Amino acid sequence: MLKALLARARQGHRTMAYPAGDPPPLPELFRGAPALDPSRCPEGCRACADVCPTDAIPREGPLALDLGRCLFCVECLTACPEGAISFTGDHRLAARQREDLVVSAGPVRLASALDGKLRRLFGRSLKLRVVSAGDCNACGSDVNVLSTIGWDVGRFGIQVVASPRHADGVLVTGPVTENMRLALQKTYAAVPPPKIVIAVGACAISGGPYAGHPEQHGGAATVLPVDLFIPGCPPHPLTILDGLLRLLGRLEEERRVPTRP
Amino acid sequence: MARNGRALALRDVPVLPLDEFRRWLVGGVAEGQRIAAYFGALEPLTLFAVLADDGGGRLLVAAARAEASMASIAAEVPQAQLFEREIAEQHGVVFEGHPWPKPVRFPAAVPGSVAGVQDFFRVEGSEVHEVAVGPVHAGVIEPGHFRFQCHGEDVFHLEIALGYQHRGVERALAGGPTKRTIPYMETLAGDTTIGHTLAYSQAIEALSGAGVSARAQAIRGIALELERLANHAGDLGALAGDVAYLPTASFCGRLRGDFLNLTAELCGSRFGRSLVRPGGVVFDVTADKAAVLKSRLLAARRDTAEAVELLWDTPSVVERFENTGRVSPEDARAAGLVGPAARACGIPIDVRHDFPLGIYRFVHLPVMTAHHGDVSSRATVRWLEIQQSVQFILKQLDGLPEGRPRAEVGALRPDALVVTLTEGWRGEICHVAITDTAGRFARYKVVDPSCHNWTGLALALRDGQISDFPLCNKSFNLSYCGHDL
Repeated sequence: MLKALLARARQGHRTMAYPAGDPPPLPELFRGAPALDPSRCPEGCRACADVCPTDAIPREGPLALDLGRCLFCVECLTACPEGAISFTGDHRLAARQREDLVVSAGPVRLASALDGKLRRLFGRSLKLRVVSAGDCNACGSDVNVLSTIGWDVGRFGIQVVASPRHADGVLVTGPVTENMRLALQKTYAAVPPPKIVIAVGACAISGGPYAGHPEQHGGAATVLPVDLFIPGCPPHPLTILDGLLRLLGRLEEERRVPTRP
Repeated sequence: MARNGRALALRDVPVLPLDEFRRWLVGGVAEGQRIAAYFGALEPLTLFAVLADDGGGRLLVAAARAEASMASIAAEVPQAQLFEREIAEQHGVVFEGHPWPKPVRFPAAVPGSVAGVQDFFRVEGSEVHEVAVGPVHAGVIEPGHFRFQCHGEDVFHLEIALGYQHRGVERALAGGPTKRTIPYMETLAGDTTIGHTLAYSQAIEALSGAGVSARAQAIRGIALELERLANHAGDLGALAGDVAYLPTASFCGRLRGDFLNLTAELCGSRFGRSLVRPGGVVFDVTADKAAVLKSRLLAARRDTAEAVELLWDTPSVVERFENTGRVSPEDARAAGLVGPAARACGIPIDVRHDFPLGIYRFVHLPVMTAHHGDVSSRATVRWLEIQQSVQFILKQLDGLPEGRPRAEVGALRPDALVVTLTEGWRGEICHVAITDTAGRFARYKVVDPSCHNWTGLALALRDGQISDFPLCNKSFNLSYCGHDL
């Protein structure tokens, strides 16, 4: 017992100050919101689109990137001869509309808060049932992290619950495999209305690397009405938290974006 | 004979008559070898098997032409049961006399198959009841279905039905490599990104003859051990949580993140995405970065030691861990268990020691074992491995050899076969690549350690208490997607 108390004293208070204080530092190599400069694209060049594993970069029109498909890998960065694509250290990526995830020269159009009744209901208490529907356990793990002491989403009234009957919404990870479709639909049906759906990760938004496979359905929106899309492969916990807080209207003033060394 | 990470011409793989092939498998296992992989490939359908002789460091490969209906060896060689079911499901052949001819992944290609809909073993009796759990579980966890046959709290039998995570990876790997092959490897089991991508990269290097610098091999080793650290530390915390010991649960939940963040320092991703590639690694480790990693790793080691040692100092934890979820060494060998689950039964196998490749050819790690096969032993092995892995990483960071991070990779050798083994944090990852005449994948077979070890979890519950299931489950912490592919 004494040892446990001593350990508690030494390990210290670890819950981050964010959002009241600064967000936790992100690694130097972290790949967040993309910065695209279509003016650098040589005539007719689509070297980036050629190497993109998920076809997140369209072959026609000005340079654009679909964050719903993007795996935030390094293929396009390496392939571009002109440095027209870079990833910034900005963790904020979540959007309310699927089309808002397609970015070109401008910034990401970030998620707006729920309005009216939903915000009154969920703004200070949101219980979520998490359903893994073909995820590789990376998105699931970093959703789980939000309940650990460092992140402690309980501070915001956000809690992961076991029974869909106790939930206000469903958080989906994975491309929705055919073998999980029915279980996902039944889980959603068991949540009392009004309810929301949150899609976390490239798979849950677009099928990710599995898009086009007959074994899956190409994301949560193909079977459920999605209210919030959080891109990444997997999204950083800070990106997920940012999306949740935006949705609940708890992050209206712009927080300072962490700077990289 | 094959060697880990050494390609051989397909024509050098002995093709045995089916009877002789079966005798070879049965005899090999009787002598103490393990089935590392057993699958169907090519046209006409050919069975390939890889036997691992752990003590001798040898890999034995043989093949046989398949028939529409063949005799099963599963009753005699229990560790073959899942492989035979998988071959039957993937290729529409029959293994006569298989005691358990059930679906594995319920693929769409099998008409009328619905995930989880199958006959389960039943124990009959007026006081026997059945408990069905999943695919959606209480926690944030991947989906699977567990069917318990119980008498009161006592579990007579647990049957595990998976397949819910089936994404069609192996089917899509055929004909590759393509630009999606790397993302497939990185998400086969997303908590084992480094392990699987390393096994794949070593297969490509063997088939293309690419050389990897000593520096890249050391960085890969650092990443593989960091992956082990994050998962072992996280699981020890989760085990503490499952016996309601909150101090270690809280501390280790945070420490797992500290280890993941070290991986993110290497490549920007907490799960090691975009780090390992055929030919080496994408990002180098500068001297400054090595110093930062070292100081953060030392801090995490101190905090982890303190958090984990609380477990053994707390009688209520020790009481719950000991004698819970016991697997005997005989059962472990028969089921073909690998990784910490096998080592906790006193079986001293570890790919890093028995079939060393890359950095492990130069830096030898002792094999950590425990001897009771229970939750306590599995926790002990994890803790011993945490200490070994930290030491290994510190040593690498202190003396990173020179070399280019990444070498060019040429075309793949046609009509060849390569087996690569990697010791992931769950145990032996086995990849087998077979190329066609154009140097494309005619077949790419993945065996996640979970394929071997799910049977171990089922055995651990026998004669246990159903309320111990979460604890036993976490002590194995197996991959659903790695199994379902």
